[in-house]
Amino acid sequence: MELEAPLYVGADVGASRTKVAVLDASKNLIGYAVQKSGTDFTATARQCLALSLQMAGADESAVANAISTGYGRHNVDFARGSRTEIGCHAGGCYHYFPMAISIIDIGGQDNKVIKLDDAGRRISFKMNRKCAAGTGAFLEEMSARLDIPLERMNDLAARSTDMVKLGSFCTVFSATEVLENIRHGKKIEDIVKGVFFSVIRRVLEMDSLSQNVVMTGGVVAHNPVLVRMMEELIGRPIRVPEKPQLTGAIGAALYAMNGSNERE
Amino acid sequence: MPVEKKVVRKKIAAAADLNNFMRDYYLELDAAAKQGAPKIAWCTSVGPAEILRAFGFQVYFPETHSAMLGATRLATEFIPEANAIGYSPDICSYLTADIGAFLKGVTPLEKAFNIKSVPKPDVLVFNTNQCRDVQDWFNWYGEKFDAPVLGVHTYRGVSEVTEKHIYSIAKQLEALIPPLEKIAGKAFQLDDLKHAVALSRECSELWKKILDTASAKPAPLTFFDGTTLMGPAVVGRGTQKAVDVYKILLAELEERIQKGEGAVENEKFRIYWDGMPVWGRLSAHSQLFASLHANVLASTYCNSWIFSALDPQDPFNSMARAYTELFIVRADEAKETYIKDMLAFFKVDGIIYHDAKTCPNNSNCRYGMPQRLEKQTGIPSLTINGDLNDLRMISDEQTKTNVEAFIEQLQERRHG
Repeated sequence: MELEAPLYVGADVGASRTKVAVLDASKNLIGYAVQKSGTDFTATARQCLALSLQMAGADESAVANAISTGYGRHNVDFARGSRTEIGCHAGGCYHYFPMAISIIDIGGQDNKVIKLDDAGRRISFKMNRKCAAGTGAFLEEMSARLDIPLERMNDLAARSTDMVKLGSFCTVFSATEVLENIRHGKKIEDIVKGVFFSVIRRVLEMDSLSQNVVMTGGVVAHNPVLVRMMEELIGRPIRVPEKPQLTGAIGAALYAMNGSNERE
Repeated sequence: MPVEKKVVRKKIAAAADLNNFMRDYYLELDAAAKQGAPKIAWCTSVGPAEILRAFGFQVYFPETHSAMLGATRLATEFIPEANAIGYSPDICSYLTADIGAFLKGVTPLEKAFNIKSVPKPDVLVFNTNQCRDVQDWFNWYGEKFDAPVLGVHTYRGVSEVTEKHIYSIAKQLEALIPPLEKIAGKAFQLDDLKHAVALSRECSELWKKILDTASAKPAPLTFFDGTTLMGPAVVGRGTQKAVDVYKILLAELEERIQKGEGAVENEKFRIYWDGMPVWGRLSAHSQLFASLHANVLASTYCNSWIFSALDPQDPFNSMARAYTELFIVRADEAKETYIKDMLAFFKVDGIIYHDAKTCPNNSNCRYGMPQRLEKQTGIPSLTINGDLNDLRMISDEQTKTNVEAFIEQLQERRHG
């Protein structure tokens, strides 16, 4: 395939993972990479850029503009500007679903509920409070407590027939509840589903949702069971972009394309 | 690489005069404590200071002291001391920081003014119009110093201030007089109270004019300036010195307006702040907003020391009205009307609600107010989680991302 130069890059340096997306001039996603953010955000972002460009079959000279986002947005040495992850997730999701939407992004360290009108303008946004409840960090804590690899939790939850409900808001108290359920002989898959249900409850407490709901983020990408559970709970289908972990990076690349390097 | 901008903000020259005012105020208190005269009264910041002035007490305000603990980022170190003796981390962190620091024998007054300790009270007088915590706070010190504690117990959630409210509070204020006469060792003089109320009203009017200068575009001051400039309005109410220093400040701000000088370079967004400041982050927050060309220019908090109802001809009733009409005493309906007026007067683009973990009475976002006001005014809002003094309750990165995203939202909204 011929490359449609110039190219636009978005780098989303999250607390858990760094994501880079490369778009061509027609807004096609032609390269991307996801790596653990680690402790050297600059190096990780660089590595992701190299892998993304390799996938796109291009070199850096073809990149017309790059925008960074996420917690490490000021550590990306190839970015010429930055935007918040809220703006970038909004832009990335609206690109795939150009309608009035409520976006639920479940990340490693924080959650967001972002509402857009039918022109893609942000009406409101909410981030989780400082508490880890409802985030990827909560799932990581529970996987450690249950001694189950994180990547197995989705399949286990899918097998559940009698979900255990966890009542606590607090991650530490939830862990105690998990131990109590283990002690009472509850099945692991039922406890794991309860853990996912707890994540959903915490997210739904953050804000009300409009009719069209989109879910994104690394936690959703790796745990599609969350989407099915959320659909059951809210009683309507949920839209998920093809690469839900990349919407922030794609949104940043779209900002790069629109030339908005700096806030006014 | 996107660089985080460092912003240089133009200083207010009169801030030096205000600093001198605060220094002199604390030095006079310290001298009185050392000499045993004049006698010292502790008072809540929205308490009946005018009555205490009328008796000639030197008046000390523990809330201001605790705000200093917060601003110097000492508070978080001492809060656990109070927690350990039974004062929960969930209650007022002014109280816990102040008591904790006292237990450890530390005061920020030492570094600031070489004052070794807070002044020993001869009497402590509270008004619960802000919260019940002030009563607990003063009672603790009352026991510690073996000093009498007097109080005014306010109404809460007042929709319309009626004559019944005024009568009841005025009677409580009058009831303070006999015990204060005994403690002061002198008879009450109505003319002295009238004089103190007149000075308090004048100070209050000047403070209002100072804050109202922020309605100019661009605004010549910020909320963050206001939180430190308000010292005389709190501790100097009822004194001539507070009036004099505010005249200097007002003249400077009016000159800034004449010259079109804004406190924030290239002001693009005008923000209203509801709730307490985060004392340990005043500078960081000031920088953050200025870097986004946003000016947090008006607040419920700074405006809470405007007492337009004070009337020297009717001191007890007018004090009762002034201290009951206060925002914090009111029902949400009255609060919302107040905020809507402020939004219009200051030409505000967005509201920030500070949900202070340990200060429910000053956190107005917990009962649906942001949603109601946004529906009525169309002005968007953002709630940030934090605290006035306890920095353990704060995530700087979360705050930064939230604020930046909010300004992006205002920008998108403006450009459609």
